[in-house]
Amino acid sequence: MPWTREDVAKRAADELQDGFYVNLGIGIPTMVANFIGEDKDVTLQSENGMLGMGPFPIEGEEDADLINASKQTISELKRTSYFSSADSFAMIRGGHIDVSILGAMEVSEKGDLANWMIPGKMVKGMGGAMDLVAGVKKVVITMDHNAKSGAPKLLKKCSLPLTGVGVVDMVVTDLGVFRIDEQGMTLLELAPDVTVDEVKERTEASFRVADDLERR
Amino acid sequence: MKKVYESAAEALDGLLFDGMTIMAGGFGLCGIPENLIAAIRDAGIRDLTIISNNAGVDDFGLGLLLQTRQIRKMISSYVGENKLFEAQFLSGQLELEFNPQGTLAERIRAAGAGIPAFYTRTGVGTVIAKGKELKEFDGETCVMETALKADLAIVRAWKGDKKGNLVYRKTARNFNPMMAAAGKVTVAEVENLVEAGELDADCIHTPGVFVQRIFEGKLEKRIEHTTTRKKEG
Repeated sequence: MPWTREDVAKRAADELQDGFYVNLGIGIPTMVANFIGEDKDVTLQSENGMLGMGPFPIEGEEDADLINASKQTISELKRTSYFSSADSFAMIRGGHIDVSILGAMEVSEKGDLANWMIPGKMVKGMGGAMDLVAGVKKVVITMDHNAKSGAPKLLKKCSLPLTGVGVVDMVVTDLGVFRIDEQGMTLLELAPDVTVDEVKERTEASFRVADDLERR
Repeated sequence: MKKVYESAAEALDGLLFDGMTIMAGGFGLCGIPENLIAAIRDAGIRDLTIISNNAGVDDFGLGLLLQTRQIRKMISSYVGENKLFEAQFLSGQLELEFNPQGTLAERIRAAGAGIPAFYTRTGVGTVIAKGKELKEFDGETCVMETALKADLAIVRAWKGDKKGNLVYRKTARNFNPMMAAAGKVTVAEVENLVEAGELDADCIHTPGVFVQRIFEGKLEKRIEHTTTRKKEG
Protein backbone atom coordinates (compact mmCIF):
# COMPACT_ATOMS: atom_id res chain seq x y z
CA MET A 1 0.00 0.00 0.00
CA PRO A 2 1.48 3.40 -0.96
CA TRP A 3 2.02 5.93 1.78
CA THR A 4 -0.60 8.54 2.65
CA ARG A 5 0.31 12.24 2.78
CA GLU A 6 0.68 11.85 6.55
CA ASP A 7 3.08 8.91 6.08
CA VAL A 8 5.15 10.98 3.65
CA ALA A 9 5.30 13.87 6.13
CA LYS A 10 6.23 11.45 8.91
CA ARG A 11 9.04 9.92 6.85
CA ALA A 12 10.38 13.38 5.96
CA ALA A 13 10.36 14.26 9.68
CA ASP A 14 12.85 11.41 10.24
CA GLU A 15 15.41 13.51 8.34
CA LEU A 16 15.34 16.14 11.09
CA GLN A 17 17.96 15.71 13.78
CA ASP A 18 18.26 17.07 17.27
CA GLY A 19 19.40 20.70 17.20
CA PHE A 20 18.40 21.33 13.58
CA TYR A 21 17.10 24.63 12.22
CA VAL A 22 14.49 23.85 9.57
CA ASN A 23 12.37 25.68 7.00
CA LEU A 24 9.12 24.00 5.92
CA GLY A 25 7.27 24.82 2.69
CA ILE A 26 3.55 24.73 1.94
CA GLY A 27 1.42 21.55 1.70
CA ILE A 28 2.84 18.21 2.90
CA PRO A 29 5.97 19.98 4.24
CA THR A 30 3.81 22.00 6.68
CA MET A 31 2.46 18.71 8.06
CA VAL A 32 6.00 17.57 8.90
CA ALA A 33 5.90 19.80 12.00
CA ASN A 34 3.26 17.45 13.48
CA PHE A 35 5.63 14.46 13.36
CA ILE A 36 8.78 15.83 14.98
CA GLY A 37 9.38 13.62 18.01
CA GLU A 38 9.59 15.14 21.49
CA ASP A 39 13.09 13.72 21.80
CA LYS A 40 14.31 16.10 19.11
CA ASP A 41 14.90 19.80 19.68
CA VAL A 42 14.07 21.28 16.26
CA THR A 43 13.65 25.02 15.59
CA LEU A 44 11.42 26.08 12.70
CA GLN A 45 12.34 29.11 10.62
CA SER A 46 9.74 31.16 8.76
CA GLU A 47 11.31 33.20 5.97
CA ASN A 48 9.18 36.29 6.64
CA GLY A 49 11.36 36.89 9.68
CA MET A 50 10.89 34.44 12.55
CA LEU A 51 12.98 31.73 14.15
CA GLY A 52 11.20 29.47 16.63
CA MET A 53 7.75 29.25 15.05
CA GLY A 54 5.02 27.94 17.34
CA PRO A 55 1.64 26.32 16.53
CA PHE A 56 -1.48 28.20 15.39
CA PRO A 57 -2.62 30.55 18.19
CA ILE A 58 -5.44 29.69 20.56
CA GLU A 59 -8.76 31.10 19.35
CA GLY A 60 -8.99 34.79 20.22
CA GLU A 61 -5.22 35.20 20.58
CA GLU A 62 -4.43 35.73 16.89
CA ASP A 63 -2.21 38.73 16.18
CA ALA A 64 -2.06 40.55 12.83
CA ASP A 65 1.65 41.22 13.42
CA LEU A 66 2.47 37.53 13.79
CA ILE A 67 2.13 35.39 10.67
CA ASN A 68 4.04 32.64 8.87
CA ALA A 69 5.25 32.63 5.27
CA SER A 70 1.81 31.35 4.14
CA LYS A 71 0.29 34.48 5.75
CA GLN A 72 -1.46 32.39 8.42
CA THR A 73 -1.64 33.55 12.03
CA ILE A 74 0.90 31.72 14.18
CA SER A 75 2.19 31.84 17.77
CA GLU A 76 5.60 32.39 19.33
CA LEU A 77 7.64 30.21 21.67
CA LYS A 78 10.04 31.06 24.48
CA ARG A 79 12.95 30.66 22.07
CA THR A 80 11.48 32.87 19.34
CA SER A 81 13.39 35.68 17.68
CA TYR A 82 12.25 38.14 15.00
CA PHE A 83 14.33 39.79 12.29
CA SER A 84 14.16 41.49 8.91
CA SER A 85 13.75 39.74 5.54
CA ALA A 86 17.41 40.53 4.77
CA ASP A 87 18.56 38.79 7.96
CA SER A 88 16.16 35.94 7.29
CA PHE A 89 17.70 35.25 3.89
CA ALA A 90 21.20 35.73 5.29
CA MET A 91 20.34 32.70 7.45
CA ILE A 92 19.03 30.82 4.42
CA ARG A 93 21.57 31.85 1.77
CA GLY A 94 24.43 31.78 4.26
CA GLY A 95 23.98 28.06 4.92
CA HIS A 96 22.81 28.40 8.53
CA ILE A 97 19.59 26.46 8.01
CA ASP A 98 20.08 22.68 8.13
CA VAL A 99 17.13 21.40 6.12
CA SER A 100 14.41 22.75 3.86
CA ILE A 101 11.44 20.52 3.07
CA LEU A 102 9.54 21.63 -0.03
CA GLY A 103 6.93 20.44 -2.51
CA ALA A 104 7.67 19.96 -6.22
CA MET A 105 6.06 19.73 -9.63
CA GLU A 106 9.11 18.02 -11.19
CA VAL A 107 12.49 16.70 -10.00
CA SER A 108 15.21 15.48 -12.36
CA GLU A 109 17.57 12.56 -11.72
CA LYS A 110 20.37 15.14 -11.37
CA GLY A 111 18.52 16.97 -8.61
CA ASP A 112 17.11 19.85 -10.64
CA LEU A 113 13.87 21.18 -9.16
CA ALA A 114 10.84 22.82 -10.79
CA ASN A 115 8.20 24.03 -8.38
CA TRP A 116 7.22 27.62 -9.13
CA MET A 117 5.87 28.13 -12.63
CA ILE A 118 3.75 26.47 -15.32
CA PRO A 119 4.07 28.35 -18.64
CA GLY A 120 0.73 29.58 -19.95
CA LYS A 121 -0.81 29.62 -16.47
CA MET A 122 -0.81 32.59 -14.13
CA VAL A 123 2.57 32.88 -12.49
CA LYS A 124 2.33 33.66 -8.81
CA GLY A 125 6.04 33.98 -8.17
CA MET A 126 8.84 31.98 -6.61
CA GLY A 127 8.68 33.64 -3.19
CA GLY A 128 11.66 32.34 -1.21
CA ALA A 129 11.97 28.93 -2.92
CA MET A 130 14.97 29.80 -5.13
CA ASP A 131 16.90 31.23 -2.17
CA LEU A 132 16.06 28.22 0.00
CA VAL A 133 17.24 25.59 -2.47
CA ALA A 134 20.40 27.58 -3.25
CA GLY A 135 21.31 28.14 0.37
CA VAL A 136 20.22 25.51 2.90
CA LYS A 137 22.44 22.51 3.64
CA LYS A 138 19.94 19.80 2.66
CA VAL A 139 16.85 19.96 0.44
CA VAL A 140 14.17 17.30 0.95
CA ILE A 141 11.24 17.15 -1.47
CA THR A 142 7.89 15.66 -0.47
CA MET A 143 5.41 15.06 -3.28
CA ASP A 144 3.01 12.64 -4.95
CA HIS A 145 4.99 10.24 -7.11
CA ASN A 146 2.88 11.07 -10.17
CA ALA A 147 0.82 14.03 -11.32
CA LYS A 148 -3.00 13.80 -11.20
CA SER A 149 -2.86 12.83 -14.90
CA GLY A 150 -0.60 9.92 -13.95
CA ALA A 151 2.42 11.55 -15.62
CA PRO A 152 5.74 10.93 -13.86
CA LYS A 153 7.22 13.77 -11.81
CA LEU A 154 10.65 12.19 -11.33
CA LEU A 155 12.15 12.86 -14.75
CA LYS A 156 15.37 12.56 -16.73
CA LYS A 157 15.17 16.30 -17.31
CA CYS A 158 12.62 18.84 -15.99
CA SER A 159 10.32 20.34 -18.62
CA LEU A 160 9.07 23.24 -16.46
CA PRO A 161 11.11 26.37 -15.64
CA LEU A 162 13.62 25.52 -12.90
CA THR A 163 13.77 26.70 -9.30
CA GLY A 164 17.34 25.43 -8.91
CA VAL A 165 19.93 23.25 -10.65
CA GLY A 166 21.28 20.16 -8.87
CA VAL A 167 19.80 21.24 -5.54
CA VAL A 168 17.65 18.29 -4.39
CA ASP A 169 19.23 15.80 -1.96
CA MET A 170 16.26 13.58 -1.16
CA VAL A 171 12.75 12.88 -2.47
CA VAL A 172 9.96 11.26 -0.43
CA THR A 173 6.91 10.20 -2.45
CA ASP A 174 3.93 7.99 -1.71
CA LEU A 175 5.92 5.07 -3.21
CA GLY A 176 9.29 5.44 -1.53
CA VAL A 177 12.42 7.41 -0.68
CA PHE A 178 15.17 8.44 -3.13
CA ARG A 179 18.59 9.93 -2.55
CA ILE A 180 20.17 12.17 -5.19
CA ASP A 181 23.95 12.74 -5.20
CA GLU A 182 26.92 12.69 -7.62
CA GLN A 183 26.08 9.06 -8.41
CA GLY A 184 22.60 10.05 -9.53
CA MET A 185 19.30 8.85 -8.09
CA THR A 186 19.06 5.87 -5.74
CA LEU A 187 15.92 4.19 -4.41
CA LEU A 188 16.50 3.72 -0.67
CA GLU A 189 13.12 2.67 0.70
CA LEU A 190 9.79 1.35 -0.50
CA ALA A 191 6.33 1.92 0.93
CA PRO A 192 4.56 -1.28 2.08
CA ASP A 193 3.53 -3.64 -0.75
CA VAL A 194 5.06 -1.40 -3.41
CA THR A 195 7.48 -3.21 -5.75
CA VAL A 196 10.59 -1.92 -7.50
CA ASP A 197 8.93 -2.76 -10.82
CA GLU A 198 5.93 -0.63 -9.95
CA VAL A 199 8.21 2.29 -9.08
CA LYS A 200 10.11 1.83 -12.36
CA GLU A 201 6.88 1.80 -14.31
CA ARG A 202 5.76 5.07 -12.74
CA THR A 203 9.13 6.85 -12.97
CA GLU A 204 10.84 8.36 -16.01
CA ALA A 205 14.13 9.09 -14.25
CA SER A 206 16.70 6.32 -14.19
CA PHE A 207 17.64 5.23 -10.70
CA ARG A 208 19.57 2.44 -9.10
CA VAL A 209 18.22 0.38 -6.24
CA ALA A 210 20.16 0.50 -2.98
CA ASP A 211 21.75 -2.84 -1.98
CA ASP A 212 20.16 -2.50 1.43
CA LEU A 213 16.74 -1.45 0.09
CA GLU A 214 14.47 -1.01 3.05
CA ARG A 215 10.81 -1.80 3.21
CA ARG A 216 8.95 0.28 5.75
CA MET B 1 14.35 70.03 11.10
CA LYS B 2 10.71 69.07 11.09
CA LYS B 3 10.10 65.35 10.81
CA VAL B 4 6.70 64.98 12.46
CA TYR B 5 3.53 65.33 10.38
CA GLU B 6 -0.13 65.09 11.27
CA SER B 7 -1.41 62.69 8.62
CA ALA B 8 -0.39 60.48 5.69
CA ALA B 9 -1.52 63.11 3.18
CA GLU B 10 0.49 65.82 4.90
CA ALA B 11 3.55 63.59 5.21
CA LEU B 12 3.47 62.87 1.46
CA ASP B 13 2.92 66.48 0.42
CA GLY B 14 5.34 67.52 -2.34
CA LEU B 15 6.86 64.04 -2.70
CA LEU B 16 4.54 62.43 -5.25
CA PHE B 17 4.72 62.54 -9.06
CA ASP B 18 3.55 60.47 -12.03
CA GLY B 19 5.91 57.68 -13.12
CA MET B 20 7.75 57.51 -9.80
CA THR B 21 9.14 54.41 -8.10
CA ILE B 22 7.81 53.66 -4.63
CA MET B 23 8.87 50.83 -2.32
CA ALA B 24 6.33 49.69 0.24
CA GLY B 25 7.15 47.59 3.32
CA GLY B 26 5.15 44.57 4.42
CA PHE B 27 4.77 40.82 3.88
CA GLY B 28 1.26 39.91 2.80
CA LEU B 29 -0.89 42.35 4.78
CA CYS B 30 1.49 42.21 7.76
CA GLY B 31 3.43 45.41 8.43
CA ILE B 32 2.08 47.38 5.47
CA PRO B 33 1.85 51.20 5.61
CA GLU B 34 -1.95 51.23 5.28
CA ASN B 35 -2.54 54.95 5.60
CA LEU B 36 0.24 55.91 3.19
CA ILE B 37 -1.09 53.51 0.52
CA ALA B 38 -4.57 54.99 0.90
CA ALA B 39 -3.15 58.52 0.66
CA ILE B 40 -1.26 57.64 -2.54
CA ARG B 41 -4.53 56.34 -3.97
CA ASP B 42 -6.25 59.59 -3.03
CA ALA B 43 -3.43 61.65 -4.57
CA GLY B 44 -4.19 59.96 -7.92
CA ILE B 45 -0.60 59.80 -9.24
CA ARG B 46 -0.20 57.30 -12.07
CA ASP B 47 2.26 55.03 -13.94
CA LEU B 48 3.85 53.92 -10.70
CA THR B 49 6.54 51.31 -10.31
CA ILE B 50 5.95 49.60 -6.97
CA ILE B 51 8.58 47.52 -5.22
CA SER B 52 6.94 45.30 -2.62
CA ASN B 53 7.17 41.60 -1.76
CA ASN B 54 3.44 41.10 -2.48
CA ALA B 55 0.61 43.05 -4.09
CA GLY B 56 -1.94 43.11 -1.27
CA VAL B 57 -5.40 41.58 -1.69
CA ASP B 58 -8.17 42.81 -3.98
CA ASP B 59 -9.58 45.43 -1.62
CA PHE B 60 -6.75 46.14 0.80
CA GLY B 61 -3.11 47.13 0.82
CA LEU B 62 -1.57 47.66 -2.62
CA GLY B 63 -4.75 46.16 -4.12
CA LEU B 64 -6.21 49.65 -3.63
CA LEU B 65 -3.76 51.06 -6.18
CA LEU B 66 -4.57 48.23 -8.61
CA GLN B 67 -8.29 49.05 -8.38
CA THR B 68 -7.55 52.57 -9.55
CA ARG B 69 -4.99 51.37 -12.16
CA GLN B 70 -2.27 53.60 -10.76
CA ILE B 71 0.39 50.89 -10.95
CA ARG B 72 2.25 50.30 -14.24
CA LYS B 73 4.86 47.86 -12.92
CA MET B 74 5.31 45.64 -9.86
CA ILE B 75 8.64 44.28 -8.61
CA SER B 76 7.73 41.43 -6.23
CA SER B 77 8.49 37.84 -5.23
CA TYR B 78 4.94 36.48 -4.91
CA VAL B 79 1.58 37.88 -6.02
CA GLY B 80 -0.72 34.85 -5.64
CA GLU B 81 -3.27 36.52 -3.35
CA ASN B 82 -4.66 39.04 -5.78
CA LYS B 83 -7.23 38.33 -8.54
CA LEU B 84 -7.23 41.92 -9.75
CA PHE B 85 -3.51 41.65 -10.24
CA GLU B 86 -3.95 38.52 -12.34
CA ALA B 87 -6.60 40.16 -14.54
CA GLN B 88 -4.51 43.28 -15.18
CA PHE B 89 -1.37 41.26 -15.80
CA LEU B 90 -3.00 38.85 -18.24
CA SER B 91 -4.55 41.73 -20.21
CA GLY B 92 -1.12 43.39 -20.51
CA GLN B 93 -1.96 46.50 -18.45
CA LEU B 94 0.51 45.63 -15.75
CA GLU B 95 4.21 44.80 -15.99
CA LEU B 96 5.71 42.36 -13.56
CA GLU B 97 9.27 41.64 -12.50
CA PHE B 98 9.75 38.65 -10.21
CA ASN B 99 12.72 38.51 -7.85
CA PRO B 100 13.53 35.63 -5.51
CA GLN B 101 12.49 36.87 -2.08
CA GLY B 102 15.99 36.87 -0.60
CA THR B 103 17.41 38.55 -3.69
CA LEU B 104 14.70 41.21 -3.47
CA ALA B 105 15.53 41.85 0.19
CA GLU B 106 19.27 41.99 -0.50
CA ARG B 107 18.92 44.26 -3.56
CA ILE B 108 17.04 46.73 -1.37
CA ARG B 109 19.53 46.35 1.49
CA ALA B 110 22.41 46.92 -0.96
CA ALA B 111 20.85 50.16 -2.23
CA GLY B 112 20.55 51.53 1.30
CA ALA B 113 24.09 50.44 2.14
CA GLY B 114 25.68 52.03 -0.94
CA ILE B 115 26.55 48.73 -2.60
CA PRO B 116 25.77 48.92 -6.37
CA ALA B 117 25.68 45.14 -6.96
CA PHE B 118 26.45 41.76 -5.41
CA TYR B 119 26.76 38.09 -6.40
CA THR B 120 24.52 35.26 -5.21
CA ARG B 121 23.97 31.57 -5.95
CA THR B 122 20.20 32.13 -5.89
CA GLY B 123 18.64 31.68 -9.33
CA VAL B 124 21.71 30.38 -11.19
CA GLY B 125 20.53 28.13 -14.03
CA THR B 126 16.98 29.56 -13.93
CA VAL B 127 15.19 32.30 -15.89
CA ILE B 128 16.17 34.73 -13.13
CA ALA B 129 19.83 34.61 -14.23
CA LYS B 130 19.06 35.15 -17.93
CA GLY B 131 21.09 38.03 -19.39
CA LYS B 132 22.86 38.69 -16.09
CA GLU B 133 26.60 38.50 -15.47
CA LEU B 134 27.82 35.18 -14.04
CA LYS B 135 31.03 34.74 -12.06
CA GLU B 136 32.63 31.84 -10.26
CA PHE B 137 33.64 32.08 -6.58
CA ASP B 138 35.29 29.10 -4.86
CA GLY B 139 34.10 26.84 -7.67
CA GLU B 140 30.52 27.99 -7.37
CA THR B 141 28.72 29.93 -10.12
CA CYS B 142 26.98 33.09 -8.92
CA VAL B 143 24.79 35.66 -10.64
CA MET B 144 25.21 39.42 -10.30
CA GLU B 145 22.22 41.29 -8.92
CA THR B 146 22.03 45.08 -8.77
CA ALA B 147 20.87 47.41 -6.01
CA LEU B 148 17.22 48.44 -6.05
CA LYS B 149 16.35 51.96 -4.93
CA ALA B 150 13.26 54.12 -5.03
CA ASP B 151 12.17 57.74 -5.20
CA LEU B 152 10.12 57.13 -2.08
CA ALA B 153 10.02 54.42 0.59
CA ILE B 154 6.88 54.00 2.68
CA VAL B 155 7.26 51.90 5.82
CA ARG B 156 5.24 50.92 8.87
CA ALA B 157 6.56 50.56 12.42
CA TRP B 158 5.09 49.83 15.83
CA LYS B 159 6.74 52.71 17.65
CA GLY B 160 8.63 55.71 16.43
CA ASP B 161 10.00 58.80 18.12
CA LYS B 162 10.03 62.39 16.92
CA LYS B 163 13.63 61.98 15.64
CA GLY B 164 12.54 59.15 13.33
CA ASN B 165 13.91 56.19 15.32
CA LEU B 166 11.75 53.12 14.64
CA VAL B 167 10.89 49.88 16.43
CA TYR B 168 8.96 47.13 14.63
CA ARG B 169 6.81 44.43 16.20
CA LYS B 170 7.08 40.66 15.56
CA THR B 171 6.87 39.59 11.89
CA ALA B 172 5.63 43.05 10.87
CA ARG B 173 9.31 44.02 10.51
CA ASN B 174 10.02 42.04 7.28
CA PHE B 175 11.06 44.41 4.43
CA ASN B 176 10.52 47.66 6.34
CA PRO B 177 14.06 48.24 7.72
CA MET B 178 15.85 47.78 4.37
CA MET B 179 13.30 49.91 2.54
CA ALA B 180 13.63 52.71 5.10
CA ALA B 181 17.30 52.94 4.13
CA ALA B 182 16.79 52.56 0.36
CA GLY B 183 14.36 55.40 -0.34
CA LYS B 184 15.56 58.80 -1.56
CA VAL B 185 12.93 59.97 0.89
CA THR B 186 11.40 57.71 3.54
CA VAL B 187 8.06 58.28 5.19
CA ALA B 188 7.21 56.15 8.24
CA GLU B 189 3.76 55.57 9.64
CA VAL B 190 3.82 54.39 13.24
CA GLU B 191 1.20 53.01 15.57
CA ASN B 192 2.62 54.97 18.48
CA LEU B 193 4.55 58.20 18.13
CA VAL B 194 6.56 59.01 21.26
CA GLU B 195 8.99 61.69 22.44
CA ALA B 196 12.71 61.30 21.75
CA GLY B 197 14.24 59.40 24.64
CA GLU B 198 11.20 57.23 25.31
CA LEU B 199 12.47 54.33 23.20
CA ASP B 200 15.31 52.17 24.54
CA ALA B 201 18.28 53.34 22.44
CA ASP B 202 19.72 49.81 22.53
CA CYS B 203 16.60 48.35 20.93
CA ILE B 204 16.05 50.64 17.95
CA HIS B 205 15.70 48.73 14.67
CA THR B 206 15.85 51.67 12.23
CA PRO B 207 17.93 54.68 13.34
CA GLY B 208 16.36 58.07 12.61
CA VAL B 209 18.86 59.02 9.89
CA PHE B 210 16.91 56.80 7.49
CA VAL B 211 13.54 58.43 8.16
CA GLN B 212 12.72 61.92 6.83
CA ARG B 213 9.04 62.13 7.76
CA ILE B 214 6.96 60.39 10.41
CA PHE B 215 3.35 60.41 11.58
CA GLU B 216 1.03 58.38 13.78
CA GLY B 217 -1.64 56.48 11.87
CA LYS B 218 -4.64 54.50 13.06
CA LEU B 219 -4.48 51.02 11.54
CA GLU B 220 -7.03 48.40 10.57
CA LYS B 221 -4.36 45.65 10.68
CA ARG B 222 -6.39 43.16 8.66
CA ILE B 223 -5.49 39.46 8.91
CA GLU B 224 -5.22 37.58 5.61
CA HIS B 225 -5.71 34.01 6.92
CA THR B 226 -6.91 33.48 10.47
CA THR B 227 -5.74 30.06 11.65
CA THR B 228 -6.28 28.98 15.26
CA ARG B 229 -6.42 25.95 17.52
CA LYS B 230 -8.77 25.12 20.36
CA LYS B 231 -7.60 25.65 23.90
CA GLU B 232 -6.40 22.34 25.30
CA GLY B 233 -7.93 20.77 28.41
